[in-house]
Amino acid sequence: MSELANNFGRRLHYLNADYGVKSWLLTRDHKRIALLYLASISLFFALGGLMAVGIRLELATPGADLVQPDTYNRLFTMHGVLMIFLFLIPSIPATLGNFLIPLMIGAKDLAFPKVNLASWYVYNIAGLFTLWAVAQGGVDTGWTFYTPYSTTYSNSYVVATALGVFTVGFSSIMTAVNFIVTIHRMRAPGLTWFRLPLFVWAHYATSLVIILGTPVVAVTILMVAAERILRIGIFDPALGGDPVLFQHLFWFYSHPAVYIMILPSMGVISELITAFTRKRIFGYKFIAFASVSIAVLGFLVWGHHMFLSSQSVYAGAVFSVLSMLVAVPSAIKVFNWTATLYKGSVSWDTPMLYALGFIGLFTIGGLTGVMLATLGIDIHVHDTYFVVAHFHYVMVGGAIMGYLGGLHFWWPKITGRLYPVFWSKFSAIVIFVGFNLTFFPQFLLGYLGMPRRYHVYPADFQVLNVMSSAGATILGVGYLIPLFYFFWSMRYGERADRNPWGAIGLEWMTGSPPPTHNFHEPPTVDWDAYAYLPDTPGGTGEAWDAAKPTSEAPEHG
Amino acid sequence: MAEIHAPGLAHHFDSYQQQKEAAFFGMWVFLATEVLFFGGLFCAYLVYRSANPEAFAAGSRELDIVLGAINTAVLIGSSLTMALAVHAAQVGKRKMIAAWMGATILLGGTFLGIKVVEYSHKIHEGHFPGPNFVWHGPEVNVEMFFNVYFLMTGLHALHMIIGIGIMLVLIPLAWKGRFTPESHNYVEGFGLYWHFVDIVWIFLFPLLYLLDVG
Amino acid sequence: MKFWPEQSPLFPERATEIAREVDAIYFFGLGIATIFSLLIAVLVVYFAVRYRRRHPDEVGEREQAPAWLELVWSIIPLGILLVMFAWGADVFFKARRAPADAVEYYVTGKQWMWKFQHPQGAREINDLHVPVGVPVKLIMTSEDVIHSFWVPEFRVKMDVLPGRYTTLWFEVDRPGIYRIFCNEYCGVEHSLMRGSVIAMEPADYEEWLGGGQPLTALTRTGEQVFAEKTCNTCHKDEAAALGPSLTGLFGTEREFQDGSRTIADENYIRQSILEPRAHLVMGYQALMPTFQGQVDEEELTLLINYIKSLQD
Repeated sequence: MSELANNFGRRLHYLNADYGVKSWLLTRDHKRIALLYLASISLFFALGGLMAVGIRLELATPGADLVQPDTYNRLFTMHGVLMIFLFLIPSIPATLGNFLIPLMIGAKDLAFPKVNLASWYVYNIAGLFTLWAVAQGGVDTGWTFYTPYSTTYSNSYVVATALGVFTVGFSSIMTAVNFIVTIHRMRAPGLTWFRLPLFVWAHYATSLVIILGTPVVAVTILMVAAERILRIGIFDPALGGDPVLFQHLFWFYSHPAVYIMILPSMGVISELITAFTRKRIFGYKFIAFASVSIAVLGFLVWGHHMFLSSQSVYAGAVFSVLSMLVAVPSAIKVFNWTATLYKGSVSWDTPMLYALGFIGLFTIGGLTGVMLATLGIDIHVHDTYFVVAHFHYVMVGGAIMGYLGGLHFWWPKITGRLYPVFWSKFSAIVIFVGFNLTFFPQFLLGYLGMPRRYHVYPADFQVLNVMSSAGATILGVGYLIPLFYFFWSMRYGERADRNPWGAIGLEWMTGSPPPTHNFHEPPTVDWDAYAYLPDTPGGTGEAWDAAKPTSEAPEHG
Repeated sequence: MAEIHAPGLAHHFDSYQQQKEAAFFGMWVFLATEVLFFGGLFCAYLVYRSANPEAFAAGSRELDIVLGAINTAVLIGSSLTMALAVHAAQVGKRKMIAAWMGATILLGGTFLGIKVVEYSHKIHEGHFPGPNFVWHGPEVNVEMFFNVYFLMTGLHALHMIIGIGIMLVLIPLAWKGRFTPESHNYVEGFGLYWHFVDIVWIFLFPLLYLLDVG
Repeated sequence: MKFWPEQSPLFPERATEIAREVDAIYFFGLGIATIFSLLIAVLVVYFAVRYRRRHPDEVGEREQAPAWLELVWSIIPLGILLVMFAWGADVFFKARRAPADAVEYYVTGKQWMWKFQHPQGAREINDLHVPVGVPVKLIMTSEDVIHSFWVPEFRVKMDVLPGRYTTLWFEVDRPGIYRIFCNEYCGVEHSLMRGSVIAMEPADYEEWLGGGQPLTALTRTGEQVFAEKTCNTCHKDEAAALGPSLTGLFGTEREFQDGSRTIADENYIRQSILEPRAHLVMGYQALMPTFQGQVDEEELTLLINYIKSLQD
C-alpha cells in the first residue's frame, strides 16, 4: 500500500486513513478531534438556540402567555449557560484552532495528542452534567450564579449545572495548555514568532486567558457548591459571608472569558481579510500585540460589572478608566483590518462577507461597550436590555460571525469539498439582517427602561420587542441554511483542490483534506505571513507562487 | 520520513529534547493554572481575615501547631525523596525510582493520616462548618475561619491523594524499566507537581496555624 | 441643557437634573459611537467596492503600515475615551453622592416587593410618595437576595444587598408617577417586583402624610427598641458607662483598639450591633453580646434611625 493512496487508489488523507467508530473515538489526530468537537458544540449551539426561540416567543407579548415565570427563568439561564460555557468558549479554539494550529505552524500534531482527546471527553462529560440538570428541570439563577440567590434561595438544579461548568473548565485548560506548548515548542524551522499567522497569535493570547482565568471560576463554583450543599457560609450574608466577594471572583474569570470568546474570532478575521484581499495585513505587529494586550488588560477590568454593587465610587472610577484602555487595542485592530482593504484585491466570497459583517457589528458592540464602561451612562443602563444588546453584538455579531466565516473559509480544507456559493452568500446576508433586527431594538429598549431577565414587561415596550422577536426568526432561518448545505456538501459538494481561495499559509500548502500527519515533507518557512508580493517584508515570491490559483505546481501534500 | 520511531519518542516530535521541553513547559503552564486555582481561595482568605481578624486569630488558636509542624516536616521530607526519585531516573536506576517513590507515598500517607487525626478532632469539637457548627467563645464569625481552613486544606489534601494515585501508576512502570535516562518525562513532570503541592502547604501552614503566634 | 426634546418615544422622560446630565453624556457617547461606526462602515463598503477583485490571480498592492498612522489611531481614540471617562465619572459622582440636606427614607427589598419607610414614620409597600423639589435619599437593604432599585425617569439605580446598606438619591422636579423596576435578577417573580414613585407638590405630600391614606403609624419607635433590647443599660451618657456614648456618634470618626479608624455610618452601626467584636472602640472592653438573629431588619432600621437622631 502506497503512502499516498488507499486501497481504492484514492489519495490518502486523515478522513480515509482509517474507518470505523473506534478510529474516531480513540483518535489522537488533532484534525479528527476538531471534528468531534465540531459535532458536540453544534449540538449545544442548537440546544441553546432552541431556548432562545422560547425566550423570544415569550417576549413577543408583554404578558405571561407561553411559559410560567419559573420556566422562563430557566430558559434564559440555560440559554446563557449552554451558549457561553458549552458553545462560545470552545467554539473556535476547539474546532478551528485544534484543526489549524498544527497545520499553520508546520507541526504534525499538537504537543499532547492524548490530552487533546481527553479534553473532548471531559467536555462531553461536562455537557452530560449540564444536560442532566436540564432534564431534571434546569436551573434558574442566571448564568452568573449570583449569591445568595444561587446558594440559598434557588429551588433548581444549581449543583448539577455548576458541576458541568466546573468540568468544562478543565477541558478548556487542557486545550489551552496544549496550544501554548505547541506554539512555543513545535513551530517549523524558520517560522519565527513574527512570521506566525495572526490566528495563531490570537489563540496564544486566548490560551493565556484560559489558563489564568478558568481555575479561579472553578474554585469559586466549588465554594458555591459547598455553601449550597453543606451550608458552609462563604457568600451568604445570613451565614456570615460576603455576596460581593462572589461577584469579584466570578467576574475575574467571566470578564476575561469575553476575550476567550472574541480573540479567536479576531484571529479568524485577520486570516479572512488577508486571504480575500491578497495583501499583507496592515500593521501586523500592532495586531499581534493588540491581542496580547487585550488578554492582559482583560484581567484588570472585572469591576466594571460591579459599578452599582456597593463597591466604592473610587474603585468604580479605576475600573472605568482601565476598561477604556481595553478599547484602544480593539480600535487598533478594527482600523488595521479596514486599512488592509485599501488597495487590496477584495473578493466577495462567502467567508469575506462574514468578515466584513464582523467588522461592522464588532465596532458597534465595542463602542456600546465603551458607553457601558462610562460610569455616568452605566448608572442608567446597567443590567438592562442595552447590556443584552451590547454583549450579543460582541458574542453573536462578533464571535459567531467569525466562527461561521472561519468555518466557510476552511471548510474545503477540512472536508475537501466546496459548498454552494449562492446559498452560502444568501445565508450570510440573512444572518446579518436578522441579527441587526433582533438586537438593535434592544439598545433602545434598554435605554427606555426594560431590565434584563424580565418575563413580563410593561406594554409600552411591546413594539420593540416584537421587532426583536421577528428578527430572531430571520436569524434562526439564517443559521439553519448552512446546516443543510454543509451536510449536503460533505457528500455531493464539488471537490476542492489544495488551495481553492489562492491564500497563503502552510495549511494551504498541504492537501485538502490534509494527510494524517499534515505534511509529507516537514515544511520550512522563509517568508513572513501573508507574503503575497515579493517586495513584502520577508516575501520572496515563493509563497505566492505556491499559492497562486493558476499555478499548476504539484501538490506538496 | 523515519518510519521506525525511537522508543519513548512520540511520532510528532523530532527529538527527545523537543519532547522533553514540551513536557516540562506543559507542566509549568499547568502549575500556573494551579496557582490561580488556589489563588481564588487565598483571595477569599484575605478578604475574610481582614474582615474578621479576631475570629481568625481565635480559630487559629484551636489548631494544633505541633501536628501542623510535624506535617510540614513530613512533607518537606517527601519532597526530598521525590527529588531522589527524579535523580534515580536521570541516572537510570529503575529500582531506585520505584523505591524513592514508595518512600514518597509513605510520607504523603503519613501527612494524610495526621490530617485525618486533626480533622476528626475538629469535627468532634463541632468545628466543622455548617449548621452544626459550635463555638463557645465570645468571637463572632469564627466559623468563617474553619470554612476557609477546611476548604484550603481539603483541596490541598485532594491534590496529595491525586499525587499518590499517580505514583501508584508510575511505580510499576518504573519497575518495568519504562523510564530511561533519555526519556523519563513522567517522573520529572510529576516531581514538579509534587513540589508544587508542597509549596502550597508551606503557605498554608503559617497562614492557618501561626496567625496568633508572637 | 436643552438641545433635544424633553419627550421622545426613544428615551424615557427626564424627571431629575441627574437625568439630564446622564442623557447629555449618553448622547455624547451615542454621537461618538455613531460617527465611528459610520466611518468604519462607509470605509469598508467603499474599499470593498472600489478595490474589488477583477482577475482571479490578482494580488493586493503593497502597503507598508506607517507607525505614525498607528499612533494617530491609537491616541485619538484614547483621548476621546478619557473624555468619556472623566465626564462619566463626574456625572456618576454627582449621582451617587447625596446632598447633606437630603431627607432619608428607608427601603427594604424582599422577594418580590419593596417596603418603604418615611422619615415621619409612615410605611408603604411598592408605592413611595415623595415631595418634589426636595432631595430624597434612600437607605436600602434586602431581607433575602440581591435586588436593584431603578427608576428610569430618574436615570439612577443601585443594587440592594442583604446584610448591608446602600444608598441612592434623587430630587424629582415635577409631580408624576414614575415606575420602579427591580433590576437585579431575584427569582421567580423578578419581573413583577415593581412599584411607583409618586412625586407630589410638597403641600400635597404633607396632606397625604397626615391625611386619610392607609399609612400605619409606627407602632414602635427606635427609642422603644433601644430600651427593649436593653441597649440603654450600657450605652449611656455617663463617664462610668460600660459602652461608649452614642450621642453625636453618627458621622464622626471612630478609633479602634487595633489602630484602624472609620466613619460611623449606617453600615458601621449595623455591624456594631450584629458583630460588636469586629471593631472595639478605644477605651472599652469587649462586653457587648452579638445581636445577630435578635433584631430583624426593621428593628435595625429603627435603631439606626434613633442613633442618628441622638445629636448634641
